Amino acid sequence: MSAFLAMPALLQAAVDPQAAPNFWPWFLATALKLLVFFTLYMVIVAYSTLAERKISAWIQGRHGPNRVGPRGYFQPLADGVKNFMKEETLPPHVNKALFIIAPMLSFVPALMVWAIIPWGAAYASPWGRIDMVLADLPIGFLFTLGIGSLGVYGIVLAGWGSNNKYALLGGLRSSAQMISYEISMGMSLIPVLLLAGNVTMRTIVNQQAEMHAWNVVTLSVAFVTYLISAFAETNRLPFDLPEAESELVTGYHTEYSAMKFSMFMIAEYANMVTQSAMLATLFFGGWDIPFMTADNTGAVSGPLVLLSVIIMMAKTLFFMFFYIWIRWTLPRFRYDQLMSLGWKLLLPLALGYIVVVASLMLALDAMGIERGLAYAGIFLAVNAVILFIAFSLIDRGRVLSPAYGRASAEELARLRGITAARANLSTQAGD
Amino acid sequence: MAINVKVVDRPLSETSYVRATLKGLGNTFKHLIDPHKVTTQYPEQRESISPRWRGTHRMLTTEDGKAKCVACGLCPTVCPANCIKLVPGEDEQGNRYPLVFEIDEFRCIFCGYCQEVCPEEAIHLGRHYENAEYSREGFVYDLERLMAQTHPVCEMWDPADPKGE
Repeated sequence: MSAFLAMPALLQAAVDPQAAPNFWPWFLATALKLLVFFTLYMVIVAYSTLAERKISAWIQGRHGPNRVGPRGYFQPLADGVKNFMKEETLPPHVNKALFIIAPMLSFVPALMVWAIIPWGAAYASPWGRIDMVLADLPIGFLFTLGIGSLGVYGIVLAGWGSNNKYALLGGLRSSAQMISYEISMGMSLIPVLLLAGNVTMRTIVNQQAEMHAWNVVTLSVAFVTYLISAFAETNRLPFDLPEAESELVTGYHTEYSAMKFSMFMIAEYANMVTQSAMLATLFFGGWDIPFMTADNTGAVSGPLVLLSVIIMMAKTLFFMFFYIWIRWTLPRFRYDQLMSLGWKLLLPLALGYIVVVASLMLALDAMGIERGLAYAGIFLAVNAVILFIAFSLIDRGRVLSPAYGRASAEELARLRGITAARANLSTQAGD
Repeated sequence: MAINVKVVDRPLSETSYVRATLKGLGNTFKHLIDPHKVTTQYPEQRESISPRWRGTHRMLTTEDGKAKCVACGLCPTVCPANCIKLVPGEDEQGNRYPLVFEIDEFRCIFCGYCQEVCPEEAIHLGRHYENAEYSREGFVYDLERLMAQTHPVCEMWDPADPKGE
């Protein structure tokens, strides 16, 4: 009680804007951030469903939803109301406990990961420095990898608990796919870690700002492997095998309806938004304002914070658009293509790239080159060579195996011989 | 036999996944910013229908508001779907008129034979297709309902002018 009475005095107490705030200012700021960021998050998630439908429509030469509100802008609200009003079915053959717990298990991790994304430069308030991140965890992106991959339990349990063969197949595929791609995802983040020397998101953003080059320039190969793995991790096309509506009747959420189904959908879009924010933070400089150094010096003034938040938001929304754009361009992979891409291409590429980055850093540091534009330029040159090799030499129908196998000439001749012999036998028998 | 599938060594431009992907992305983006839409916004915009469109029936009336039908019985006879129910009646002057004239729009196959066969040009098919009811019984149109329809009627095919010019 005495703490509440003392609050105004504490709030007025002016401290160094760069220092960490006292408990009550910190508490209030965190509560406010919680409210603002999560409201923003849910609104973005809701409106990304509309964006998906609108962009898909425009790509296909249609108008998209345009009935609810002006030009269909209230469609997400209508969808939400619809999902609440719909009948919640509980099929008699399901494992009730798992069936009910599965949507929560995919929903909760999807929301949790959002907490560690830094949304802007720290704000120099009169009560101390306020970071534009909900939880500046010291384990940084490891948290995203760890909690993000808990989402697979939701999908697997949904597949198992539904007691339905299509749902089970979807769950199985999903577990295999997510485990495979998690490895290359983690491996493609190690170069980022090597360069930043730390896993916290703030250090990674600061490192990119100090080098005057985003990681997408210095670590382009890691960016490509991370991007592909991120698509696989969020079960988006061309990796949406767990859903695969044409073969598995939407896979793991076949048996779900109303709000439980909606929770899977929200989790999918929430994961997309989070991965977009991760891509923006890890490889596109996060909230760093391009061609400006004023935002890199610790806590900054209000307008600058706002500008950095807008920059970060723009980057995140660009990747959201990219997700949707890819979805309506590429067809789904076959299962063996998915596996061979993950294990035979992405994983060796990511592993090899770690070695390349580590040795390059060792060499450049030994040569005494400052971490700056020259440093980034050398990295860019090496990346260009690796990407050229990857895209011109490997990408000859080998990245994704075609539907037929390539038999050797002798094997082909032998097989043709067998067919010819059979044909001879049958004609003789016929006579 | 699958073993005789021809394996072709295609050039790089055809087998490269990355090139195909980039090309596809370019193509979809071109469509994304293209303002041309192929869909029709249905309740507001409607596709124009042919003058020979055979839709919901209509019974034409004389100037004094009576049905033109003389209950000759040709339409129920010619109807291949057997969807017209006609009970003829006769007044004191000996004029025949239908006591009951019902068309089951669900049974009807919209062939237009009834319109072709009608000597009085009474029963017509119409240029109208928006039928919705809450029950099956609602699709059995009686004489009053057929007379109350106001949509334009179907024009029959004219052999002298096969393209309707």
